[in-house]
Amino acid sequence: MKSKATFTDSHVEKKIKVKRPSVRYWNEPQKEDKSRDGENTGEAAVQQDRRAKKRKQKDETSAEKKLFSEKSDPFPGSAPIPKDRLQKFKRKDKITKPPRHYRKLKQVITRSEEASDLALKQAARFDLLLPEDAGFLEGDEDEDTCTISQEDIAEAVDITSGAKYFNLKLTQFGPYRVDYSKTGRQLLLGGRRGHLACFDWQTKQLMCEINVMESISDVKWLHTDSMFAVAQKQWLYVYDSNGIELHCIRKFNDVLRMQFLPYHFLLATASATSFLQYLDVSTGKEVAAICTKTGRLDVMCQNPHNAIIHLGHSNGTVTLWSPNQKEALVKMLCHQGGVRSVAVDKMGNYMVTSGMDKKLKVFDIRALKPLTSYFLPAGASCLSLSQRGLLSAATGDVVQVYRDVWSTPVTKPYMAHRVRGSVWGLQFCPFEDVLGVGHGEGFTSMLVPGAGEPNFDGLDANPYRSAKQRQEWEVKALLEKIQPELISLDPTDLGRVDRATFEQRHQEKVQSLGFDPHAKEKFVPKFKKKGRSSAGAVERRKKQVAHVDQRDVIRKSVEDKVKMEEQQKRKEAKKAALSRRKSALDRFKK
Amino acid sequence: MAKVSKIRKSKKRSKVAGSSSKKPPVVYDDEQEEDVCGAEEDVSSEEDDGEDERKRQKLLEAIGALGGKRKHALAERSEAAVHMSEFSMTADDEADLSDLIGTIEKTPAATAQTKKHLKNLQRSKNTVECPLSKQENERIQRDVAFQKAALEVSRWQSIITQNQRAEQLVFPLNQEPSGPKPIEQVVMGWEARTPLEKEIFSLLAANKQPILDAVLTPAEEASVKAMDLEQVKIRRAERQKARALQSYYEAKARRERKIKSKKYHKVQNKAKRKEFVKQFEELVKTDPAAALEELDKMERARMQERMSLKHQNSGKWAKSKAIMAKYDEGARKAMQQQLEVNKDLTQKLVTSLSKEEEEEGEGNTDMLPDFVNDAEFKQDSSNPWMRGRLSEDPTEMELKDTMDVTAEGASAVTKEAEEEEGSEAEGTEEDALLREFDSRRKQRQDQESDTSAVIVNDGDDGVEEDQVTEDKVAEISDEEEEGLSEFTRMYRGIGKSLEKDAGSKDGSAELEEGLMRIRSVDDVDLLPQETPTEPQQAPTPQHQKSAEQQPSRSRKRKKGIELREVLTKETKVIKVPLAPTVTDSEEKLDQRVLIEEAFAGDDVISDFAREKRKREDEGKPKVIDLTLPGWGEWGGLGLKPSKRKRRRFRIRTEVPPPRKDQHLPSVIISEKRNSAITPHQVSSLPFPFENPAQFESSIRTPLGRTWNTERTVKKMTKPRVVTQLGAIIEPMADEQLLKGKKKVSARRRSRNTKTRTQPAK
Repeated sequence: MKSKATFTDSHVEKKIKVKRPSVRYWNEPQKEDKSRDGENTGEAAVQQDRRAKKRKQKDETSAEKKLFSEKSDPFPGSAPIPKDRLQKFKRKDKITKPPRHYRKLKQVITRSEEASDLALKQAARFDLLLPEDAGFLEGDEDEDTCTISQEDIAEAVDITSGAKYFNLKLTQFGPYRVDYSKTGRQLLLGGRRGHLACFDWQTKQLMCEINVMESISDVKWLHTDSMFAVAQKQWLYVYDSNGIELHCIRKFNDVLRMQFLPYHFLLATASATSFLQYLDVSTGKEVAAICTKTGRLDVMCQNPHNAIIHLGHSNGTVTLWSPNQKEALVKMLCHQGGVRSVAVDKMGNYMVTSGMDKKLKVFDIRALKPLTSYFLPAGASCLSLSQRGLLSAATGDVVQVYRDVWSTPVTKPYMAHRVRGSVWGLQFCPFEDVLGVGHGEGFTSMLVPGAGEPNFDGLDANPYRSAKQRQEWEVKALLEKIQPELISLDPTDLGRVDRATFEQRHQEKVQSLGFDPHAKEKFVPKFKKKGRSSAGAVERRKKQVAHVDQRDVIRKSVEDKVKMEEQQKRKEAKKAALSRRKSALDRFKK
Repeated sequence: MAKVSKIRKSKKRSKVAGSSSKKPPVVYDDEQEEDVCGAEEDVSSEEDDGEDERKRQKLLEAIGALGGKRKHALAERSEAAVHMSEFSMTADDEADLSDLIGTIEKTPAATAQTKKHLKNLQRSKNTVECPLSKQENERIQRDVAFQKAALEVSRWQSIITQNQRAEQLVFPLNQEPSGPKPIEQVVMGWEARTPLEKEIFSLLAANKQPILDAVLTPAEEASVKAMDLEQVKIRRAERQKARALQSYYEAKARRERKIKSKKYHKVQNKAKRKEFVKQFEELVKTDPAAALEELDKMERARMQERMSLKHQNSGKWAKSKAIMAKYDEGARKAMQQQLEVNKDLTQKLVTSLSKEEEEEGEGNTDMLPDFVNDAEFKQDSSNPWMRGRLSEDPTEMELKDTMDVTAEGASAVTKEAEEEEGSEAEGTEEDALLREFDSRRKQRQDQESDTSAVIVNDGDDGVEEDQVTEDKVAEISDEEEEGLSEFTRMYRGIGKSLEKDAGSKDGSAELEEGLMRIRSVDDVDLLPQETPTEPQQAPTPQHQKSAEQQPSRSRKRKKGIELREVLTKETKVIKVPLAPTVTDSEEKLDQRVLIEEAFAGDDVISDFAREKRKREDEGKPKVIDLTLPGWGEWGGLGLKPSKRKRRRFRIRTEVPPPRKDQHLPSVIISEKRNSAITPHQVSSLPFPFENPAQFESSIRTPLGRTWNTERTVKKMTKPRVVTQLGAIIEPMADEQLLKGKKKVSARRRSRNTKTRTQPAK
């Protein structure tokens, strides 16, 4: 009985503890402004508690004393937001408010600041709605994670995940290039000896399989999973998912590598003739063709942050290109030998390169500075970065995966796996913990825990979308297509005021028009009869006109001079008047 | 219809009048008129025959009024022009003011004042101002009307600006929000409306009864405040006594102050001081905090004394005394006394408390990390043991240089940079030392130039001092242990060599070397060695050359090394658990070998460096020389155009801003402007913004749904004006004006009450 009583007691207590007066909507406006600073900081709990107490006291003393309901909110204000989360969504620093007399400006600025503050806070708050966490591989004590074999992992995980580890034995048509679609559902394989296959790799449903009867150097999905581009021996081809050839683009020849910029609808190709070309797949037009003059271009990647194309060259340099400029935006010397592979991370912060000197280097691509350098005994032929920042490097037939290559010096790979043939293509599957490896003996789908982004954006790339959704997305994406002119090293350039001088602008105008619209027409003397167009007369007329022009110029300059002098005089007079004013102390002057 | 008929009537009427006007006399007979009118009436309305007389008369009158001319004639007729007026005057006779005055004088009833007035009037010849013209009059009226209207309108100004500035206006304005209200609001907004309620509340207010809960009524509080009589009396007595005592005390003080005897004051002061010291000691025992405060005060007084010129013998009196001091014993004494006073006052007080403090301070210094003290020593340039860096640097340099040498050996191509490095490799150690020393000395010189005015030993005195100090040091060193003496000897040797180098480098430095600030014992040690070496040293040409080349070379070399560093940065070797069994396909391997051969070692780097230099040169400003020899002066073989002309016709282009890749040796950044984006950019700053930064930050947050939550989007894309469909938007009423005023006044009142309540807390 007693125990029961205590139990009930405790129960009640618990209830009381748990119970908290729900936030009333009428409290909200009053408290929001008071707790604004608290929200901003989101500091330690203790301090908050103190602050809350203070706030409570204040409320009690001032306004809420008069309220009929005596209860006050124990957690006044809205919930605090952690600082790091706020930092995650921060865009730029605030600016100092202008002085008071700029009333209109001040008003505009305060309003925009308020709006961006709200946007920031809301974004930080709604970050809570990304519930999924990335997984990772954890070995036993004294066990390296890199020694865990794929079979073990596949056995340990659930069936659906285990099924994602598979091998395709395709020995006939030589090493394979790999490409996953943007949603990560479809896989495209292109064998060097002409074998082309695309399929839904999760259900293993084959969409098409053909042999183009030509060598294939690269394959790439276009914006949807119904079209892909294939760089064949001579031209660039576009096929649909049924294997029907849609286009043969003769303007693009000897293409070795391709990259698709999904938000610009641009297919960038790098050819053996050292041409970098951009094809707008929404309009079918060639946007730019740049002769890089750097020889065979077989190393290429894109920076997903700013849609800049990175090319690796045999002289150890990596160059950055945009379709708007005929010369490389940046040229950096990265390796002593040739560059073998380049990869840029999703946020556009880091670039990883591997070279003939068997080194693997990490660069801060924003500052263009080297960060760390690793020595790989065999050198890496292919590199790929996952959405979560895992780096996979292929050395011969071994695929290694590294974690955090930029922040902490790595001595051991996170995972390693040996495939049958030498690796030809590597790509992490988006939104999945899977690494696709194309090699001489076919294709291997590897499990790499913690590789994919666990939270996908349903409006951007939804792996589970239906056909209808896909169509809708396509329309929206086309409407929101970014023009190729907006590609620049710093994507925030668009939000900047153009500070070019008038002269610069004029020069550009002249360049674009081909002539100077403000230029004065040259005087051409009319032909006159009766011998009045003799050479001497024409010359005289020309001279006359020139004289008139010159006189105008002189007159203007003289007028200006006079005006200036007058101003000067006036100023001096003023000064004199000021100085002549008598002061009380003048009487002591001699 | 009626109007038309009337007009017709009037026309006829005028006709009739015209016919009648033919008659010569102006006078009309009543009868005649009646006849005419009757005829007319017959024409216009024949049914009205049976109407009564009065109505007819009225009508006649009305008709008569229609004709203006007629009326005038009538009026003329009615005027008493023919008759004599009661004042026996006709209209034709002009009445003069003098006539009137004449009569007035005769009449006794008129007052003297009126008479005077009239006389004045008569005398003054001024004409009366004519009234304002119609236009002017109207303008004035318009002005006044405008002012009134402006006042009326300006009352709305505040509301209008408020609405203009509002983020969003919802029409119709001032709607009450729909939905349920919180109970607090309802209760707070309650007012007494019915007469009964009003009566109750007025009663409560009149009797000063609390409307809300309160412990005491105001009346009760007032009664509590009041005190009884006895208490008041006692208080008054106390105050009286206190006042009396104060006055006594003041009087005494005044008397004492007037006493002129110095001795008296001296004694008094001494006694006071003693008393004070005693008190202070007691305080120390009983209340250390208060004592400390007291001490603080003393310290402040001391500071003030130190700051002021009192007792410094710098005043007028002191100066006069100083002149007298030679001859006058008294004056000398007085000055001495004065100085003593100063000494006394500025002496630092040493009490047990302050000692404790000092000890504490020492403790604190002990607590501080060692490097705090080290920092000072580090500045001590000529002491290599304190520097610590010098010993490291040469090895580093060596390492680098050896690396360079090896690199050079490997590369077949020889270039300027490499050559320079090669030449430098010979004297690396010395150079490193030199450089180090040079930089240190410069730093020191800078410091010296700052402090030289204060502490500089120059000339003979300095030398003497040095010698003295050196002797002392020697003694000390004798006493010290052998290890330490060894240490100093070693140090001396190094110092000597350093000095040699320094001396050899540049002669100008020698002069400055003499003016050296002595900071530590070691420095003192150094000085005498320096003096003999100075004259001996003759700068060797080789060293001088190296010194001259140093800055430029170091700059160039720096770049090269950095570039190399980028590529040969120490790498972390990664252990791979699985060794690759299959290497890359054979052809690829072959290719790799080929490339490796082609780009062995430095070649890539030097190529890159060359390209970068080329780019830099392209960007550099070019000088265009447009001089024509022989133009305007004599030309020919061996004749050069004059300097003036050359200067005149040489065009220099502007220096471009520094390159973006200035500090990045392994990077070439294109300096071309991206003109593709400019059509999409904002080219001129929009109105309220003052600088681009403001504008840029105001558009930094995107508005779209892709980047924002729904609420944010709604807030950011809020329309400025919202009208409710079907709602009638009425013009603002006067009440609104009052409401706004009320609000403002209420706010002000509440602020006032707040400020009033704050001190009560």
